[in-house]
Amino acid sequence: MSSVVINELSLNFGNVEVLKSLNLDVAEGEFLVLLGPSGCGKSTLLNCIAGLLDVSAGQVIINGINVTWEEPKDRGIGMVFQSYALYPQMTVEKNLSFGLRVAGLPRKEIRDRVDRAAEILQIGALLKRKPGALSGGQRQRVAIGRALVRDVDVFLFDEPLSNLDAKLRTDLRVELKRLHQRLGNTMIYVTHDQIEALTLADRIAIMKDGLIQQLDTPLGIYNRPENRFVAGFIGSPGMNFMQGLLECSDDQWQFSTEGLTMSLQDYQFTREPVQGTPVEFGIRPEHILIGDNAASQPIQSVIDIELIEPMGADTVVWSKLGGSSFTLRVDSEAVLSKDQSLPVGFSAARASIFSSADGLRV
Amino acid sequence: MLEAGPHGTKPRRIVSPHNIMLYGFLIVAALYWLLPLYVMVVTSLKGMPEIRLGNIFAPPVEVTFAPWAKAWDSACTGLYCEGLKVGFWNSIRILVPSVVISIVIASVNGYALSFWRFKGSEVFFTILIFGAFIPYQVLIYPLVIILRELGLFSTLGGVILVHTIFGMPILTLLFRNYFASVPVELFKAARVDGAGFWRIFFQIMLPMSLPIFVVAIILQVTGIWNDFLFGVIYAGTRNFPMTVQLNNIVNSTQGVKEYNVNMAATLLTGALPLIVYFISGKLFVRGIAAGAVKG
Ligand SMILES: Nc1ncnc2c1ncn2[C@@H]1O[C@H](COP(=O)(O)OP(=O)(O)OP(=O)(O)O)[C@@H](O)[C@H]1O
Ligand SMILES: [Mg+2]
Repeated sequence: MSSVVINELSLNFGNVEVLKSLNLDVAEGEFLVLLGPSGCGKSTLLNCIAGLLDVSAGQVIINGINVTWEEPKDRGIGMVFQSYALYPQMTVEKNLSFGLRVAGLPRKEIRDRVDRAAEILQIGALLKRKPGALSGGQRQRVAIGRALVRDVDVFLFDEPLSNLDAKLRTDLRVELKRLHQRLGNTMIYVTHDQIEALTLADRIAIMKDGLIQQLDTPLGIYNRPENRFVAGFIGSPGMNFMQGLLECSDDQWQFSTEGLTMSLQDYQFTREPVQGTPVEFGIRPEHILIGDNAASQPIQSVIDIELIEPMGADTVVWSKLGGSSFTLRVDSEAVLSKDQSLPVGFSAARASIFSSADGLRV
Repeated sequence: MLEAGPHGTKPRRIVSPHNIMLYGFLIVAALYWLLPLYVMVVTSLKGMPEIRLGNIFAPPVEVTFAPWAKAWDSACTGLYCEGLKVGFWNSIRILVPSVVISIVIASVNGYALSFWRFKGSEVFFTILIFGAFIPYQVLIYPLVIILRELGLFSTLGGVILVHTIFGMPILTLLFRNYFASVPVELFKAARVDGAGFWRIFFQIMLPMSLPIFVVAIILQVTGIWNDFLFGVIYAGTRNFPMTVQLNNIVNSTQGVKEYNVNMAATLLTGALPLIVYFISGKLFVRGIAAGAVKG
């Protein structure tokens, strides 16, 4: 069953169209991540789901009930904000119980729910403190707790971890994943951190300019991006692209760019290829092999190393191939030096090819 | 091991050209403001014979509180000789409702304009702010007519209404800007928690806006207490505020000028704003500054 359904949702601020007839279907218990560049409308979409913004057109359906015109409190959602948004004059306990007191729940019930949330999030010792006396990580826990006590079906997170330092972010990320496994609620999570998206999500929705570009599992997004934007957006360092033409000789499709021809024997075409179409050939830095492994690959070439960036676990090498910049990610054990010539090899099976005309996968 | 040369806190010279300039200026400024006050206090404590000697800076030889008592209790304001106490209570009766009503309305206004944007709320705000720049002399006569039609002219209610109206633009601006600095996510979180217009106002916004209320109270208390014009025009003879009665005492043409009584009356009239400043000066500065930093 679907937990959250969004039908042709549009939202305008004055003349600016922020969301353009957007459709989305989130399954029950799913962890969906909305990922996209700044200003693409992620927060706006979340606010529309929460009922904090009036939509211009379309519907929001939560648990089978059309809530398009409902107040936020009647939608069965809880929301966690980037800036925590804790009530500064209330203790943690009062912060947690505010929504329950508004709803007029009996005292005992309120105490039970607050205790349970405090136990899950390990903030029991902080209940009597005010938000000002908490660290960033503790504040965010309390903010999550505030959504937790309300016993809602759908959690909405708007970049909850982006105000925290890297270490804490990793810890809380894992905790969030545990929380999701324990509670089994539907969660919609906005971020522009790819790692967060790839690690947390059941499915990722990549957004750009108020539209969903691709909705797929993390691996699907990573391995088979549907268009040029998604391919370039996911992955760091980003995918290597080369401009060229699709050509067919002896019943064999090839990609040719200046001074270079690559066999596309292993490539799985999504659409029927057409002779002479201008395309972009994309291959991820981590799918390029060097040394002995390179020799066994169907496509081979030699590059000159321009720059070496050791990153600890692996090393990023910058170079040029076919007239475009070319990066590859190699084991940090590999002995490399600048200006050295390096034989590389890769397979078209792991590549992605996009039409230059419309940017869609070929 | 420390090397030779500077280490630790940099020493500060107490007598530097900079400090001499600074404190010199402060002392001169303080004298400039305090001297008249000194003369007033001293004069109000002298008897008339001593004043006639003409040495206004000399401290009183014989301290007497009679002028203060007379100013409060029996000085003549026009026809009546009941002193300033009548005006004092009139001022209080004008002040308290005006301050309370104007601040209550303005705080709700400012809150609504920051968080509950409605169609045309920007236009409404602009008009309200524009009101702050209309010279109020222009409005005096129209207001006389309006109040007369309402049957409020020359009544306590009338002058309270006028003070409330004229305080509205600047107070609304004050509150709106304060609430605009409150993160909007706080408001959103409260709405998700199910709180409505009034609950968010009373339980979330009010507790965190004490400083700005202090600022508003100080502005209104001193402004309304010091008002003369509206009191003369709209309050009616029976409700003249203290400032108007002070004027009547000081400018009465009958008999000798009793400088000591006049000084005492002036000090009595100015006492309330002075006390307010002394008590709340610190809070005032904090409140003004609070508007500038993000919460
Ligand atoms: N109140 C508003 N009035 C006008 N335009 C707005 C308003 N709020 C947002 N926008 C615009 O809508 C677009 C989407 O904003 P939104 O906050 O949803 O972006 P986002 O994807 O959450 O970005 P970020 O990752 O930076 O948070 C932006 O271009 C923004 O300028
Ligand atoms: Mg955002």
